[in-house]
Amino acid sequence: MTASYLIQNLPALLVAIPLLVAAVVTLVPVPAFAWVISLAAVGVSFVMALLLHSVTMTGVRISYYLGNWEPPWGIEFVVDSATSMTLVIMMGLAFITTLAARHLIAAEIALADCGKTYAAWLLVCGGLSGLVMTADAFNLFVFLEISALSSVMLIAMGAGTDRRSLIAAFNYLIIGAVGATFYVIGTGFVYAVTGTLNMADLATRLPEIDQSIIIFVGFGFMIAGILVKAAVFPVHIWLPAAYSYAPSAVSILLAAIATKASIYVLARLIFTVFGGFPEMTGAALTMVIIPLSVMGIFVGTIMAIYESDIKKLLAQSSIAQIGYITLGFGLASKSGVAAGFIHIGNHALIKGGLFMAVAGFFTAMRNRVDLNSLTGMGHRMPITATAFVICGLSLIGLPLTAGFISKLYLVRAILETENYLLVGIVLASSALSLIYLWKIIEVMWMQPAAHDAPKLVENPAIYMPLWMLAALNLWFGIDANWMVASAEAAAKSLIGAGL
Amino acid sequence: MTMLAIADLWNYYVVIFLMMAGLFVVISKQNLVKKLVGLSIFQTSVFLFYITLGKMAGGTAPILVDDPSVTYSNPLPHVLILTAIVVGVSTTALGLALVLRINEAFGSIEEDELLAAKAEAALERPNRLRSVVKGGDHHDS
Repeated sequence: MTASYLIQNLPALLVAIPLLVAAVVTLVPVPAFAWVISLAAVGVSFVMALLLHSVTMTGVRISYYLGNWEPPWGIEFVVDSATSMTLVIMMGLAFITTLAARHLIAAEIALADCGKTYAAWLLVCGGLSGLVMTADAFNLFVFLEISALSSVMLIAMGAGTDRRSLIAAFNYLIIGAVGATFYVIGTGFVYAVTGTLNMADLATRLPEIDQSIIIFVGFGFMIAGILVKAAVFPVHIWLPAAYSYAPSAVSILLAAIATKASIYVLARLIFTVFGGFPEMTGAALTMVIIPLSVMGIFVGTIMAIYESDIKKLLAQSSIAQIGYITLGFGLASKSGVAAGFIHIGNHALIKGGLFMAVAGFFTAMRNRVDLNSLTGMGHRMPITATAFVICGLSLIGLPLTAGFISKLYLVRAILETENYLLVGIVLASSALSLIYLWKIIEVMWMQPAAHDAPKLVENPAIYMPLWMLAALNLWFGIDANWMVASAEAAAKSLIGAGL
Repeated sequence: MTMLAIADLWNYYVVIFLMMAGLFVVISKQNLVKKLVGLSIFQTSVFLFYITLGKMAGGTAPILVDDPSVTYSNPLPHVLILTAIVVGVSTTALGLALVLRINEAFGSIEEDELLAAKAEAALERPNRLRSVVKGGDHHDS
């Protein structure tokens, strides 16, 4: 068994290990034990993702045939530098979140449900890995639904602390299922004219077909379905409620990684599967994706300014941040896609950190976190609050934080197209995001705590992972080499051939 | 000729009708169970779409026989739909389980009543927070 043999099999293991361990974890009655097993599975996934990334960064493209059926007949997993970067970000964030999850899940979810929660947790991780790696258009739908249904379960677990989570979970289920079905309709159209489902095969066969209207309809349905899953404005309505009423641990996991996989799939569909139709995808990008991104940036930011519930505020700001990522993709240039990938990574770090800090406040106060309850929190929970401020500044895009690198590369990519209006929009929305973050920082640090406010205990099990994220936010703000090099390799592998 | 074209494409007309009807029910109905019914109809229309794609006129089941004149139906879309049916069943099951829990928690499965109940749930505050709010009032005075 050589090292390369192991590497060849990693794509399958990355899905198989979480899925198999999920079945085991359901049966484990002791939450602490279930947590250790889950942490091990997610940790192994993270290491495998790192291995894949180190191999693919040298330009290698790893392809795994499931059941040894050769494509285009069998299902194929493909890992290139774009896939592996997304995998490293998702699994890394999932690992850090799982570190913090034990205490949060024990505090908010009934003892009997803990095993099942970890099982759904692992299903989300395995499903999202599969979603990113699969090179089969229909298999993609299956992974989409594995991760979506287990996310719905996780969101509904919040019923113990807030029963509104049930309605949020139901709405996500319905909207998500409609989105996924749209994707399947589109796949049907494309299959009808090409007779293949393999993405690479589709990319070569589609341009040979002269029935462009069918391809156009299929493309529209597929993209519309994925936009729902990626929570791009205006089909984001499921997201704020789902993120904010879910249990704290689930909020962190979903906010950090859930939409990232779908955004990656969006890029994959537009740039590789339909890469042979530059006119059609170009029109879709400039006339649909860019306007929606810009509207999402403004609507998300303005909704966040008027929101006083902190979890909802952060969820609204996620809409705006997703807008920045899709805006980068919409530019359809190598630097634009690279900027999008940089922000996929940095936004995962930022939002993961912010939601984790809120989870820290939540468990300490045993209550929903709104603006009033945060009064003087900087003095009552200084360790958590400081990390919150670091991630918050990163969200705005202050220099020396990861968010600054995102904005820098995004603005640079836009300047290449000489669209100064878009540059103005990005800068103006950054200034607006300062308003809602400053609102929180002011309440936390400038206002004294009520003198009879109960003493709050900071739990190292939560603030250690939180500080890991905060430190990563600073690290990638100062030395962004890894992020930028990976993102540029990702952009190259996605659109290097086409545009 | 037109009648013939309609007869040829009959399945596709049914697909479009079911698709629109299902989506309409999902969007317009207040009752959560009815929404799930609509979702199932919507998904079923797609199943029918795929199955029609794979069916050849006069084709048999794809079991290889020695006669070269036999035409076969395409089994792949049919197998895909087998998977999609499993996904659809699990979606419906999970949805119904959630409806049960929603009914237990709110005492209703009508969306407009749930909105009102949700607003009530927002006002519910466990004791801890109340003490913090009182503390804030005290501080102001």
